Amino acid sequence: MDNIIEVKNVSFEYDIESEKKPILKDFSVSFQRGSFTVILGRNGSGKSTLAKLLNGLNKPSSGKVFVDGMDTSLPEYEIEIKRRVGMVFQNPDNQLIATIVEEDVAFGPENLGFEPGEIRRRVDNALKAVDMYDYRRHAPHKLSGGQKQRVAIAGIIAMEPRCLVLDEPTAMLDPKGRQEVMQVIRRLNKEKNITIILITHYMDEAVNADRVIVMDGGKIVLDGPPKEVFSKPNIIKQSGLDLPQPTELIFQLKEAGFEFQDGIISVDECVNALKRALTQEV
Amino acid sequence: MPIIKVENLSYTYGEGTPYRIQALSDINLEILKGEIVGVIGHTGSGKSTLIQHLNGLLKPTSGKIYLEGKDIWAEPKRIRELRFKVGLVFQYPEYQLFEETVYKDIAFGPRNMGLDEPEIDKRVREAAHMVGLPEQLLAKSPFDLSGGEKRRAAIAGVMAMRPEVLVLDEPTAGLDPSGSKLILERICEYRQKYNSTVIVVSHNMEDIAKISDRVLVMNKGKIFMFDKSERIFARVEELLNIGLNVPQVTQVFIKLNKLGLVPSSNVYTIEQAKSLLIKQLSRRGTFNA
Amino acid sequence: MLKDITLGQYYPTNSVLHRLDPRLKLIVLFAIIVFIFISSNVFSLAFLILFIALFIIISKVPFKIYIRNIKSIVLIIALTTTLNAFYVDTGTVVLKFWNITITSGGIERAVFMTIRIILLILSSAMLTYTTTPTELTYAIESLLGPLKHLGLGNAVHTLAMMMTIALRFIPTLVEETEKIMNAQKSRGADLESGPLLKRIKSLLPILIPLLISSFRRAYDLAEAMECRCYSGGKGRQRMKQFKLGVRDYISIFIVILLIASILVINYLYSAGIIYLNVW
Repeated sequence: MDNIIEVKNVSFEYDIESEKKPILKDFSVSFQRGSFTVILGRNGSGKSTLAKLLNGLNKPSSGKVFVDGMDTSLPEYEIEIKRRVGMVFQNPDNQLIATIVEEDVAFGPENLGFEPGEIRRRVDNALKAVDMYDYRRHAPHKLSGGQKQRVAIAGIIAMEPRCLVLDEPTAMLDPKGRQEVMQVIRRLNKEKNITIILITHYMDEAVNADRVIVMDGGKIVLDGPPKEVFSKPNIIKQSGLDLPQPTELIFQLKEAGFEFQDGIISVDECVNALKRALTQEV
Repeated sequence: MPIIKVENLSYTYGEGTPYRIQALSDINLEILKGEIVGVIGHTGSGKSTLIQHLNGLLKPTSGKIYLEGKDIWAEPKRIRELRFKVGLVFQYPEYQLFEETVYKDIAFGPRNMGLDEPEIDKRVREAAHMVGLPEQLLAKSPFDLSGGEKRRAAIAGVMAMRPEVLVLDEPTAGLDPSGSKLILERICEYRQKYNSTVIVVSHNMEDIAKISDRVLVMNKGKIFMFDKSERIFARVEELLNIGLNVPQVTQVFIKLNKLGLVPSSNVYTIEQAKSLLIKQLSRRGTFNA
Repeated sequence: MLKDITLGQYYPTNSVLHRLDPRLKLIVLFAIIVFIFISSNVFSLAFLILFIALFIIISKVPFKIYIRNIKSIVLIIALTTTLNAFYVDTGTVVLKFWNITITSGGIERAVFMTIRIILLILSSAMLTYTTTPTELTYAIESLLGPLKHLGLGNAVHTLAMMMTIALRFIPTLVEETEKIMNAQKSRGADLESGPLLKRIKSLLPILIPLLISSFRRAYDLAEAMECRCYSGGKGRQRMKQFKLGVRDYISIFIVILLIASILVINYLYSAGIIYLNVW
């Protein structure tokens, strides 16, 4: 299988006042090229630490992380790895550098030293990919949260990365902004075949993923397709997470003694299951 | 008598400049003592502008606001006292923490009220307990707390003033599910203990449905609906039309209702859905236990 | 609201002025400022007014936007005007009450100063309306370019980057300050009254959170820049390249013409060939 990122037996700890606080211990995971993975976990579960390991922003204290076979701890790959694995953070305000949208998006390609014409092409393409081309001459601070976050994504896309790691990109947005950003992320995965690793604690964002990983206490507690992961409600709840409402409803009915199939995660699946239960011959 | 009464309230940002924006127009509403009111509406609908009027941070361009029957702007010099009665918790309140210790930070409000030391001490401990912050955290620097703890410390800072009306703007934004759940529980507990009124602004329909007695829907600076929760979520089409959502469980029931399988779509919490379905499924005899 | 402060905001209209080389615009602005102060007579000043008015029209930025700029400094204008009117005592006495005398020389000077200040504001506003801060930064970086040969290349780049970031974050921090002030006021903070020392102390609940959040932002921004492959000025390219084009040469020609005209007018005036006496 073709993996874009491989994390092998990685340990990582933060130094807080000369005290070592272990976050990850002997942690291994890999991500398939072109896939859409959602990582869920409560605050402090180690998911953000993992994200920063994936592009070399964090360096493992032991073990190795490989991006397309390149070791993230080697300085000679530093720039190339960051170009291939782009990263988007929670607060869009703190990621935008320039006072004009298109000048901000140009920042990455400019750093990579492309020719002006090539930079222009990348900037225009990236802005079109996130539906912000019409706003290219605007000032970022006058945009809505969802628009700002899409500009931040364009700034990464302009480097033409192979993988996009997003650390709670929708946490600070309103429902409309969340929807816009999620749409863009899904499209980038489908149309540009960019590998997506999305960290979130919104369960509904996980429903359409290829793979869901649930982390708790620096470990992977669940890993599989959404249907499989959401059929383990107890483990999800123990990890401090919620079930999507349709899953929760079916789960509670099952607890009350009724029989339903596993893996119901969307509204429509829930309606169909209830329809069957309410109309079946006695 | 309603605890808060808003009469013909209008507000314009940047009056007299080319950039004037009418943020609120002709708002009339009454909020009763002891109820929890959920406020929904998308960004720019006027929710935040409205709640900043309730504690006098903004002064109406026209119209009046009454707290317990008294015009809050009758004596502009005493507006500070109003802020102790109507406590406002901003979005991401953890960014307002500034003292050396959590204790001192929670004490900031009560101290501004001019209370004596024993009373301040009592209130700080009570508020910390209320939001579930353990005693030993009080001596710590607020900046050493976790994200969820910081949020609760900041909320405690407003609760310690023991406002009769507690207003919270997006109290659970950015928190993980267990952190959100904890905060909502504590807010409900605060209301119960002090019989106070609570107003919660949120984008999360599931949360709003769970805790509110009544729901206020804002759209384009106007009141779009203001009614009991069940009646609000029964008007799905209208909510969807102004770009708002309804809880997923309500969506399930709307579809079931259209199929003629349930008598009404008037369901907005998991608990309601569960008991209704159990009744119906049991009657059909598909009980397997 | 605090965030309405215009801090030289860019106004996109895509006029000829917008498309001029920012370096050229910066140099021309300096030239204009110099000429505003050496235009010592009615004719050269009138000539300058005409010229700047022409620029304003070409810039396609609505005139009321310029006016807003002048409004914000109306107090300073009023102050300089009155002071000049009172303190200059050349020429004939025009008005006398109590022990204050206003002379024709005073009025002349006051009018001159007022016009100069307004022209100064208008022309610098014109630059900031037609040039994005990033372009301006680029212009400064480029004009300081010769310093690179003195081994100061990194310093020049760092300075330019700092300016860009500062410009980007000013509105964000202004908004944040407003939010923190409201939050602390909601906890009963009294920011308006009391003796000076108490008022300084009462600023701490605002300054500390602001400082902490700025550090957090700085940290986040540094990480975000690293993720976008930033590693200093070395090997960096620019999307927008500025080469002097036809319109730049035309404007250089026009500016030289302006300079020459003012020098000629000044000469004619001082030689007494042209004159104007309103008194």
